[in-house]
Amino acid sequence: MTTVKLSVNGKEMSAEVEGRTLLVDVLREKLGLTGTHVGCDTSQCGACTVHVDGKSMKSCSVLAIDVAGAEVTTIEGMANPDGSLSVIQAAFKEHHGLQCGFCTPGMVMTAAALLKENPVPTEGEVRAYLEGNICRCTGYHNIVKAILAASGQDVAAMAGE
Amino acid sequence: MPKDSGIGVASKRREDFRFLTGRGKYTDDVALQGQLYAVMVRSEVAHGKIKKIDTEAISEMPGVRAVFTGEDFSEVGGNPAGWLINSRDGTPMREPKRPVLAHGKVRHVGDAYAAVVAETLQQAKDAAEKLAESAVIEELPAIVDMAGAISDSENRVHDEIDDNLCFDWGWIEDNREVVDKALTSSPHVTTLQLVNNRLVPNAVEPRSSIGEYDPGTGEYKLTTTSQNPHLTRLLICAFVLGIPEHKLTVVAPDVGGGFGSKIYHYGEEALVLAAARKLGRPVRWTADRSESFLSDAHGRDHLTTIEVGSTMDGEILAIRTSTLANVGAYLSNFSTVTPTFLHGTLMAGPYKVPHVYVNLKAVFTNTAPVDAYRGAGRPEATYSLERAIDKLSRELNLDPIEVRKKNLLTPDQFPYTSPVGLIYDIGNYQNTLDKAIELADLKNFESRVKKSKSNGKLRGLGLSTWIEACGIAPSNLVGQLGARVGLYDAATVRVSATGTIQVMTGAHSHGQGHETAFAQLVASKLGVAEDAVEIVHGDTSKIPFGMGSYGSRSLAVCGSAMDRAVDKIIEKGKKIAAHMLEADEIDITFENGNFTVNGTDKSKSFGEVAFSAYVPHNYPLETLEPGLEETAFYDPNNFTYPAGAYLCEVEVDPDTGKVTICSFTCADDFGNVINPMIVDGQVHGGVAQGIGQALTEQTVYNEEGQLLTASYMDYTMPRADDLPFLKVDHSCQTPCTHNPLGVKGCGEAGAIGSPPAVVNAVVDALNRGGHAVTHIDMPLSPHRVWQAMQG
Repeated sequence: MTTVKLSVNGKEMSAEVEGRTLLVDVLREKLGLTGTHVGCDTSQCGACTVHVDGKSMKSCSVLAIDVAGAEVTTIEGMANPDGSLSVIQAAFKEHHGLQCGFCTPGMVMTAAALLKENPVPTEGEVRAYLEGNICRCTGYHNIVKAILAASGQDVAAMAGE
Repeated sequence: MPKDSGIGVASKRREDFRFLTGRGKYTDDVALQGQLYAVMVRSEVAHGKIKKIDTEAISEMPGVRAVFTGEDFSEVGGNPAGWLINSRDGTPMREPKRPVLAHGKVRHVGDAYAAVVAETLQQAKDAAEKLAESAVIEELPAIVDMAGAISDSENRVHDEIDDNLCFDWGWIEDNREVVDKALTSSPHVTTLQLVNNRLVPNAVEPRSSIGEYDPGTGEYKLTTTSQNPHLTRLLICAFVLGIPEHKLTVVAPDVGGGFGSKIYHYGEEALVLAAARKLGRPVRWTADRSESFLSDAHGRDHLTTIEVGSTMDGEILAIRTSTLANVGAYLSNFSTVTPTFLHGTLMAGPYKVPHVYVNLKAVFTNTAPVDAYRGAGRPEATYSLERAIDKLSRELNLDPIEVRKKNLLTPDQFPYTSPVGLIYDIGNYQNTLDKAIELADLKNFESRVKKSKSNGKLRGLGLSTWIEACGIAPSNLVGQLGARVGLYDAATVRVSATGTIQVMTGAHSHGQGHETAFAQLVASKLGVAEDAVEIVHGDTSKIPFGMGSYGSRSLAVCGSAMDRAVDKIIEKGKKIAAHMLEADEIDITFENGNFTVNGTDKSKSFGEVAFSAYVPHNYPLETLEPGLEETAFYDPNNFTYPAGAYLCEVEVDPDTGKVTICSFTCADDFGNVINPMIVDGQVHGGVAQGIGQALTEQTVYNEEGQLLTASYMDYTMPRADDLPFLKVDHSCQTPCTHNPLGVKGCGEAGAIGSPPAVVNAVVDALNRGGHAVTHIDMPLSPHRVWQAMQG
């Protein structure tokens, strides 16, 4: 067992891990941050997406010891400081960008990474950026709308509504 | 001014805050003191005799607390099929036992034959791996191909079933001869052989179950990923483990999608309960994705020949289908009703067809069980019919839109008794077709074809006019047809002393937004704020009873039960108000949240009446019990019949065969709509799954019965860049005539109507490009499309 220290959502945390322990298991099992989900084990579905040192990363495919000392942000760290929904989260609610909610944390984390890189993306750019996130409920229609709306664009016109 | 609350308003979902902030509580998020981890040991071969399982080999491994094999469950019951189907000759279907763990034989790759319980997940995995290494399983020939299976009496999935046939069903058998004659005398007969590709539902949350047992009280608790907690309890108690029903609580907390796959009871649920009892500690199990592929119930998997007889101007005279349906290695709970009564009864579609006959043989194979997946039987029927009508139109050189118009039932023909046994109560199929044509801007289609051509692409248009039957009912009729359960639902409306309301519903929400839409329904009827209504679901200890959510039944059946319970609340409220207002009960009207004496300004608010019910100081105690809580059970007297028209435009790249969906337009009739935002979302999701079936998704077993598509890297679900924005409309509304809300189901529509629209569009594009292609089996991968273009 090795002790791994991480800064998670701005708080210093540490956990005892095996060499094979994945980052997602540290978050879920050791730190009780169950908002990050595991959907596929093969880094395809993106439900486990978190930010590690500012970059989006699939926490089911990263060993905890490989990210020792990193700053990790999870869905639990995405709301405004007063606990209200951030712009992206609020856009997902406003545009019905989630149904069962299971892929949602990963979608929000990916959307945040996209808008950081590309604050005003086109529809095509949003769709391309979501290639590592699978949603089985929404057909992506309202997820794409929510992300475009969060970027401040006239989403009704873009969606032809 | 638009309303901001109530029925017909796009209220934002109250569920979303918890999901968007990581506070959802899914089964695998539940952590319990002293919990142990179970890992299933699954067969690596499709078919084999279990010769030896050396449990001693792992008993001393670190952390191991128990090992279970099929032997441990040989004395308990099996997981039954929920519907008895009789063959054409009157004999009952063959129904082999489905044990908790495989015993004697393994029958598909992934069939669990042992389970290991240990202190940590890793210890359990290590021990399971060791157990699998030491197990001796003598491999037998795998039975994978359906046609081969029923002609092979040597190799048997179940030793007692000589031809691997579960049943040979005819619907309606009395129609058979007349249909044969009608086809023989039809001026034109279109014949089409098609594959309805096998799919894996793939809810993104894998199945997960936690068993608890309290030795002090003898009570059990199962927390599980279920669409249907009461049915799971019933199956475990009455058929599998024999636990007294009042001693088992089943909780389905937040569930990450179901699409059918989480309706059923699975062996892992019984295993964690039995293990918790044996060890006196909570035992948990969560599938990894490979396990989900191997052991979740799959969907579809039909091989069909359809014949459609018509006049030369496209009037349909008769339809005959012959289908092989794969049920896999064991009968999952709804596996026998899905290909029969949810499929054969839809074979007339929205058309006035005089004669229809359906034959369906259900076949056992060494593959995972196959059961209802979003649409369940109705997509298979719709696909056969809508593809065949397209082919017929092409053969007769007729416009496929005109052929449909010629045959669609007209509004004056309802109620309509179809030749395959359903009574469609109401519809207006012309309206939805016209609406779809308008929204899809069909008048400019030819100019888009030219534009595509100038870009080197082939453009095509595909139509499907679909109907389905959902909210399956009524219980007495389905009982006569073989159902082993009722199909009613229940709701309790509990008003508190301060006038807030809890509604306990037998529906289960796993993405459908019931907590929001049902609150709209109840709040609107009682004239209270939506925030004053809480919807409680997914816990058998809180809810009277329920049959869960599947088959687009939640609003039509569970919502109607809720409506009836609210009626009872209002009825009692009137009695209380009459007493408070010193008036006669018949003179009280309830409107906008107030009980008013007719023709006066004397009234009491709902809140005042509720308070009086719990603080009954001025209350008719001689004639009325205190309290304000009512329960209603609602058994519908028919299915609901949503219908619509879907138009798909595609571009095909002639160099690669790649299909791009340019636009997809849905005009649906769901009757009255409670929350249009949620309904739009249901259609989006259904259409995406239908497009997935048409273009990308395919479950492949090889000849040895190995599942080749057992991860998200091999099984191709649509991603965001495979789909365009969808055009969705449900303004054409013919309210259902037999439920109190006038509503029809909307959850499966998209998955039912869309696959044939996509395939029709691709075939149209190829034909417009000079390729005389009549059919391509789904999924229409670039490879298949390109091959079809090569002739």
